[in-house]
Amino acid sequence: MEFLLEPLSYDFMVRALATTAIAAVVCAVLSCWLVLIGWSLMGDAVSHAVLPGVVLAYIVGAPFALGALVFALIAVTLIGVVRNTSRVKEDAAIGIVFTSLFALGLVLISVTPSQTDLNHIIFGNLLGVSVPDLIQVVVLGVVAFAILILKRRDLTLYAFDPTHAHAIGLSPKRLGALLLGLLALTSVVALQTVGVVLVVAMLIIPGATAYLLTDRFSRMMVIAPVISVVCSVAGIYLSYYLDTASGAMVVLTQGVVFGAVYLFSPRQGLIGTRLAKARRKRAVATV
Amino acid sequence: MSTPAIAVENVTVHYGEVLALDSASLSLEHSRICGLVGMNGSGKSTLFKVIMGMVKPDSGRVLINGEPPVKMRKDAGIGYVPQSEDVDWAFPLSVRDVVMMGRYGHLGLTRRPRKADRDAVEHALERVELSEYADRQIGQLSGGQKKRAFVARGIAQGATMMLLDEPFAGVDKRSEATITRLLRELAEDGATILISTHDLHALPQLCDEAVLLMRKVLMHGSPDTVLQPENLAMAFGLDVMNRG
Repeated sequence: MEFLLEPLSYDFMVRALATTAIAAVVCAVLSCWLVLIGWSLMGDAVSHAVLPGVVLAYIVGAPFALGALVFALIAVTLIGVVRNTSRVKEDAAIGIVFTSLFALGLVLISVTPSQTDLNHIIFGNLLGVSVPDLIQVVVLGVVAFAILILKRRDLTLYAFDPTHAHAIGLSPKRLGALLLGLLALTSVVALQTVGVVLVVAMLIIPGATAYLLTDRFSRMMVIAPVISVVCSVAGIYLSYYLDTASGAMVVLTQGVVFGAVYLFSPRQGLIGTRLAKARRKRAVATV
Repeated sequence: MSTPAIAVENVTVHYGEVLALDSASLSLEHSRICGLVGMNGSGKSTLFKVIMGMVKPDSGRVLINGEPPVKMRKDAGIGYVPQSEDVDWAFPLSVRDVVMMGRYGHLGLTRRPRKADRDAVEHALERVELSEYADRQIGQLSGGQKKRAFVARGIAQGATMMLLDEPFAGVDKRSEATITRLLRELAEDGATILISTHDLHALPQLCDEAVLLMRKVLMHGSPDTVLQPENLAMAFGLDVMNRG
């Protein structure tokens, strides 16, 4: 008990845990759709490409989320343009656009004099979350979460069968754009926790882990955030006691849990499926 | 003469440099089942997309019940059964979840289903004889059952027009017969049905009419006429009925 309570006596730890829990939930819910559509690389791209937007927003004193949304939009547009108007394939287009925008962000940071270290955006600064930071994370997190939950059935339909969505009068384009917009918003929420570089982990690992545990989307949307929150909180405690980088520890914990599920999941796990295969073979042999 | 269910008028579509449809015209009456026959790349999928309004023709137009396709879409009147290759069968949805998606066009902003919607879904599942499989993940059905699940989605939707893309690919004979009977019943209830298929043998039992497509409509008539070897040779360039 002492073990769990001691860190909570520090305000900065409480703020760190609150920020992480919110980011973990929103990212995990969004990740369910990203892994099913096959947008992991897109998540990687958008979460990196928002960097110059965040830096510019800092310079002019605008909300980070606004800058992030603008640059997410620029990134997605550029990727589409490069893919559609040249012989370059989509994965290459994504690779070119997001690394270039990320580099632009790094250049902007290097020329911006600032009191708060903008490098924290890159690797996260969980233990330095201020009260205004926390408020921003809460507001953005609640907005993104509410939209995701309200539109979850449409988003699932879009992920599963955009043609049917179109046939019944919905706009797959608009639903795709909504998801990308939420991706940008969520990236800002998670920046504080793990930083630009590792946001993509929070946007993929929970959904992928849950996908290995269930055949129902509705359950995935519960399992993913639960796993994500547990891993994130565990990661922070570990970093507190082991004195390691907190954001990285959060991601590492999620990765380890994914590994365990990958091996031991009853139906989809590597070991379970191997055993079932061996049982079937033996059953055939004894017949 | 009554307004046709589907009227495709001189529709031309290019994808970049590639000509997909070349001044294609087609008129289909209500309550008819029409088979769309042609090689890969003959424009079958493009024709479906034009009818659903997903692809805008370079020239020509499509009318559904005398109106632009967007009207029919807003009324959720178009049911679509995709090709197997176009579906992610590992997607974590149950058969019932998929059929419920047919109701989304009739639901409010958050698509929360009401009792009437759940009843419509159960009724549709019953009709395609999948009630006992309703809770299975969609990938865990046989080829024929998968197709029936999507037909059920169209039934739950209350679609008055059904577009089926290769419904008999990977389907055993018994399921094929079930699907054929089901589609005939739907047509009798007033649905207009357009089917793209490679399965020429199934055509005469299933369809009232057939269309031979090779970027343009080469021929439109009774299945027996269209399936004459000399006509098929026009579309396929060889004697398909006796192949292998």
